[in-house]
Amino acid sequence: MTTPVIELRDVSRGYDDGPPALSDVTLTVRAGEAVAVLGPSGSGKSTLLNLIAGLDRPDTGTVTVAGVRVDGLGEAASARYRRAAIGMVFQFFNLLDDLTVADNVVLPAQLAGMARGEAAKRAAELLDRLGVARHARAYPGRLSGGERQRVAVARALMNKPALLLADEPTGALDTASGEDVSALLTELNAEGQTLVVVTHDLALARSCTRRTVHLVDGRIAGDVAVEPTR
Amino acid sequence: MSALGRVVRSGVARRRVQTVVIGLATTMAVTSSVLGGALLVASTAPFDDAFAEQRGAHLSARFDAAKATPEQLTAPVPGVTASAGPFPVTTVTPSDEGPGDPSPLTVAGRSDPGGQVDAVTLTEGEWADAPGEIVVSADGPHAHSPTGSGVGRRITLADGSTVTVVGVARSVSRTADGWVPPSWITSPQGYQVLYRFASADSTEQVDADRAAVVAATPADAMTGSQSWLVLKQAADRSIAVFVPFLVAFGLLGLVMSLLVVGNVVAGAVGAGTRRIGILKALGFTPAQVVWAYLAQALVPAAIGTAIGVVAGHLLAIPVLAETEDVYGAVALTVAPWVDVVVVVGALALVSVTAWVSASRAGRLRTVDAIAVGRVPRPGRGRWTARLTARLPVPRPVGLGLARPFARPARAAAMVAAVLFGATAVTFAVGLASSLNQVQIARDHDSADVTIGVDGPGNAPAPGPGPGPGPGARPGARPGADADPAAVAEVVAAQPGTLAHYRTSRTQATVSGVAGTTAVVSFTGDATWDGYEMVSGRWFAGPGEAVAPTSFLKATGTEVGGTVTLDDGGKQVTVRIVGDVFEMSNDGMVVLTDAATFTSATREVGHHIAVRPGTDVTAYVDSLNAALKPLGVTARAGGSGQASDTIILIDGLTAMLTLMLVAVAAMGVLNAVVLDTRDRIRDLGVHKALGMTPRQTVAMVIASVLVIGVVGGAVGVPVGVALHAAVLPAMGESAGIGLPASAFAVHDPVKLLLLGIGGLLIAVVGALLPATWAAKTSTATALRTE
Repeated sequence: MTTPVIELRDVSRGYDDGPPALSDVTLTVRAGEAVAVLGPSGSGKSTLLNLIAGLDRPDTGTVTVAGVRVDGLGEAASARYRRAAIGMVFQFFNLLDDLTVADNVVLPAQLAGMARGEAAKRAAELLDRLGVARHARAYPGRLSGGERQRVAVARALMNKPALLLADEPTGALDTASGEDVSALLTELNAEGQTLVVVTHDLALARSCTRRTVHLVDGRIAGDVAVEPTR
Repeated sequence: MSALGRVVRSGVARRRVQTVVIGLATTMAVTSSVLGGALLVASTAPFDDAFAEQRGAHLSARFDAAKATPEQLTAPVPGVTASAGPFPVTTVTPSDEGPGDPSPLTVAGRSDPGGQVDAVTLTEGEWADAPGEIVVSADGPHAHSPTGSGVGRRITLADGSTVTVVGVARSVSRTADGWVPPSWITSPQGYQVLYRFASADSTEQVDADRAAVVAATPADAMTGSQSWLVLKQAADRSIAVFVPFLVAFGLLGLVMSLLVVGNVVAGAVGAGTRRIGILKALGFTPAQVVWAYLAQALVPAAIGTAIGVVAGHLLAIPVLAETEDVYGAVALTVAPWVDVVVVVGALALVSVTAWVSASRAGRLRTVDAIAVGRVPRPGRGRWTARLTARLPVPRPVGLGLARPFARPARAAAMVAAVLFGATAVTFAVGLASSLNQVQIARDHDSADVTIGVDGPGNAPAPGPGPGPGPGARPGARPGADADPAAVAEVVAAQPGTLAHYRTSRTQATVSGVAGTTAVVSFTGDATWDGYEMVSGRWFAGPGEAVAPTSFLKATGTEVGGTVTLDDGGKQVTVRIVGDVFEMSNDGMVVLTDAATFTSATREVGHHIAVRPGTDVTAYVDSLNAALKPLGVTARAGGSGQASDTIILIDGLTAMLTLMLVAVAAMGVLNAVVLDTRDRIRDLGVHKALGMTPRQTVAMVIASVLVIGVVGGAVGVPVGVALHAAVLPAMGESAGIGLPASAFAVHDPVKLLLLGIGGLLIAVVGALLPATWAAKTSTATALRTE
């Protein structure tokens, strides 16, 4: 049994006077796992992702990621935690339009203080591996959706994170590009990358993860292992 | 409330930074405009009104009684529209023994106060119509007695006779120190003729008029004359000196507030593009949208205007109080029309500026507005982003440095705000330094030790006019009666004495000029004691003298010319070899060698410089022991005392500069807030990728560094140029020439520090939004549309 990368214990989180976005959630994700978090809108998927990424704090319960108690971190410590342990991929890529592809990818390493040459070398390796090296000097606006998401993945992997979080990674892509990104995530997981994918796309969940966690009204309604479709 | 009203109200309430910035900018502009306008009016109106009412003399001319008869002086002169006289004039000197000021008085024989020219106003008592009676000038020392009014007071003259003050009168033309019945002056020293001319609005015109009078009267008969322009300047100077720098601040404030308003509204339109699209989609017409944004600027501008008017009035009080004394009981207030003009003008300018910026909102196509939202046009500033990515600076700093180039118009507006702030600071620092130099030159108190010189506690009230002045003062003067030569010998023999000189002071009159001129005679070299020349040189020996600009203007003398002083009947002619910066006695002072004016033996003061390393306290103690038999006392330090006017100008400058800097910083703050909002999602991405709060602050601060540097680099020379333009105007308004030291106040180190000041304004302006950016929730930022 591998060590847990994510451990949520009795986590609850509410906003204003509405019903809690998450309620008494306990979840463990082990190193090398690929987990899909499924659920309808408002089920608490994004809140769960934010808590794991250190972007939000639970009202109650504890969140431990890669051995770090995330729920008690301050802003600066939380940022440093994300740099070191988390790679994030967003639905709409969130690439910085005024930076080249290479500069986008190298940014997390630069924020972490990595030496310029070393960072550039790693960025080049990642772009090459993800098949977008030819766009290194281009700006994101000139790339296709699939290519942009590949660049976003490269950026997320820049600091060799223990955990890759993907929020609807294919939500803004056409079918072909979506399948391409899905294959990429599967490949990364096969290489040992721990992966949590938040999605409402069952096909994506089945194609690139082996476990699905169903959230309904902020509670875990199901946590089952799935067979990959390919 | 109408739909439009609701939109305006929510806009004003929602955009608090924008509202505060517009309000503050307008307050600043209106405050300085009200103050400047009020003083501009107040500086000229009282004199002009009184001059018109009294039908004041454009030229008061005095003629030698030995060279012209009264009949010859009534010959027609081209250009003269009215004249009065000739009136017999003479100089009387009150006795040293009697009470009151012993300075000589120029008295004119006039049978009544009225006439076509110089209809003097009798303020107390009655007109003198019997021998032995005199009406004294309200501006002179005999108008008041220790018990109050000077009426009824008897003045003993040097020849033993007495005159009784029966009235007090005010002549705006300052034609005499006193008026007596013509029959009282049996042997006039001269005749006074008062002229009004068809054209006398400029110095050139008055000079031409004077030449016409000289040509129409016997040769060499005119011994002196006084232009009304000199009197006007003297009367106005206490307020007029404020006008140039307040006008400068007013213009700076006005341009800056318009810039800020335009930028804020343009920024609001840019940032609210999507909102504008929604409003239009809901049915707002283009005109309604423009009105909505115009009103969002006008509401805070109206509030700022109201506050500015009140602040302008409050600040005008101490400045106007400075000059109320000049016009007796006349209470000076801010002219109501100044308020009206400033309020209407400010709101009109704000409206036009805001309309120009808001009109873009009306022109936006609804579909584009909704689609574009507030995403900046792609492509801008990419080359700088690429460049700064390769700079050897931390990445957040590099990201920030590239920001201004992505929004060049907004960056230009920020540069302009910083530029104006840096200009104001440079101008203010320059002005304060100049005034400090003026104070030093005015005090000329480099002496380490003085004897018989008034200290700060008993010096006469200073203003732009009388300062401590050279020599001793009336009043408590230890050693005034001691033998000056004996004191000088003791000083010279005292170990530690490096240099010393002494001054003596007396009063004299100059032909044609009312009032007295102080004559300060020097024994020994005084050039080490801080006397500064405006032009020419210090006197080199007997027969030479230096005098300040005020005296030279009043007497129509130039450097190189001669002037004749009347010391109670004794005529002393001196050659003016230099224009010295000297403000005592309203600038009516002549400094000369003791051998020139031998009768100047009163009010002796000794000024001593000690050798380097000498303990001044021990020196004074030792010197006092040696001086004890002579009954005089030495004390440390000079006689310097800060001028009320300079303190007031310094205070106003500091306050107006602070307001301008605050507006500049608020302008930067507003722009950075808009920029931060525009890029909130990018900010969220940065933070999601691991940017710490400190790095976020560094990135936002770095985004204004280039702006601060450029604004400072341009603003400092503009401020220096403004200083170079305003300072001479202030000197001109005060009727004084300024020494070179007052202009040479900017050294490279100071300029560099001022340039850094521009950077500081930008950084201070960006600090708050930087903190907000650092505190912004990453999750919220990522969700923002």
